[in-house]
Amino acid sequence: MSVNEPALKALMVAALAGDARAHRELLQQLSSYLRGYYQGRLARTGRGVADAEDLVQEALMAIHTGRHTYDPAEPLTPWVHAIARYKLLDYLRRTRVSATDVGIDEAEDVVAVDDRVGAESAFDLGRLLGRLPDRMRQAIQLVKIDGLSVAEAAAKCGASESAIKVNIHRGLKALGTAIARERKS
Amino acid sequence: MKTDDLIAMLSTHVEPVDRNKVTRSIAIAVAFGAAAAVAVVAVGFGVRSDLGEDGSFVFLAAKLVFSLGIVALSSMYLTRLARPGGERKTSLLIVVLPFIAIMAMAAGALSMAPWSHWDDEVMGQQWVECLISIPLIAVVPFAVTMWAVRQQMPTDLRKAGALAGLVAGGLSATGYALHCMDDSVPFVAIWYGATIALCAAAGALLGPKLLRW
Repeated sequence: MSVNEPALKALMVAALAGDARAHRELLQQLSSYLRGYYQGRLARTGRGVADAEDLVQEALMAIHTGRHTYDPAEPLTPWVHAIARYKLLDYLRRTRVSATDVGIDEAEDVVAVDDRVGAESAFDLGRLLGRLPDRMRQAIQLVKIDGLSVAEAAAKCGASESAIKVNIHRGLKALGTAIARERKS
Repeated sequence: MKTDDLIAMLSTHVEPVDRNKVTRSIAIAVAFGAAAAVAVVAVGFGVRSDLGEDGSFVFLAAKLVFSLGIVALSSMYLTRLARPGGERKTSLLIVVLPFIAIMAMAAGALSMAPWSHWDDEVMGQQWVECLISIPLIAVVPFAVTMWAVRQQMPTDLRKAGALAGLVAGGLSATGYALHCMDDSVPFVAIWYGATIALCAAAGALLGPKLLRW
């Protein structure tokens, strides 16, 4: 099966403009591609596929917090693939397997699909959030989990809207890093 | 944590994204680095004392064309390489052009100069100062540029680091040119060229450590 590049790219472009529904749809489709990719790669390196879902979530976080680095003049698939592969190599480096074992891969590899509904990682969101500084945790809790608008969250915290946005962005980035650190320990 | 829950969280209240953020972050870093390099030279070294005398402006301008050419080319490529997958279609051969051009000009100048002048042409008055100053002045521009690049999630850390080092070296040479009174082309080709290349090598070496995300 081939990746539907035009459809994915359209979702990404809409997501970049602030369309939450497109963003959700995009992440959902990418998550199944990523799952297939990581399960295949981990199996090929002789690892259990148990960590695949952790990697899927790490890659999704990176795709989300780094979506400003996507250039709409370029196709989306290679961008996703570069992030997926970077996270894989980073994981292998941290768990001490040489990158040469992974072999060369092509952008098409990301398309392998394995839809597992309700896939779960070993991370505990509550615990990870608990490690963030209060400002960030509160901003993420209010806006991203409770679903308040940025303005409402700002009023509730007594902070400016831009401060809330900055705290969400930094918090999500920190969350991505915390996931990586969690695995190492 | 369920992946569906993570996706739900990430796609609640999605902010529009500024598409020019990558270019702007790097441009700001380069501008800041340039200001830092010029400030360090103006305060710590002093601008060359013969400015305004015969030809000094021409020599200064020629050096600036070289160093700013490097900065322009390498920062242009850096905005591509700083992104995930940016290394895919980017060949770095073009950033070597200013070096090749000045080496050719230096060879030309030396071939026309009598043998007895070669020592002066190549070693100038202050080659040691140049060799030490350019890497030293490059420290702040290097740190700022690396920091900006890391935010863009580069996936080829060695190349991205090398380019960031090249930008920093170019900025540093731009600042140092305001002070330096050695004006021969072979001097600039060898000492400026070598120290800028050294900055790029340092970047390639440190990239995999400093640029991880």
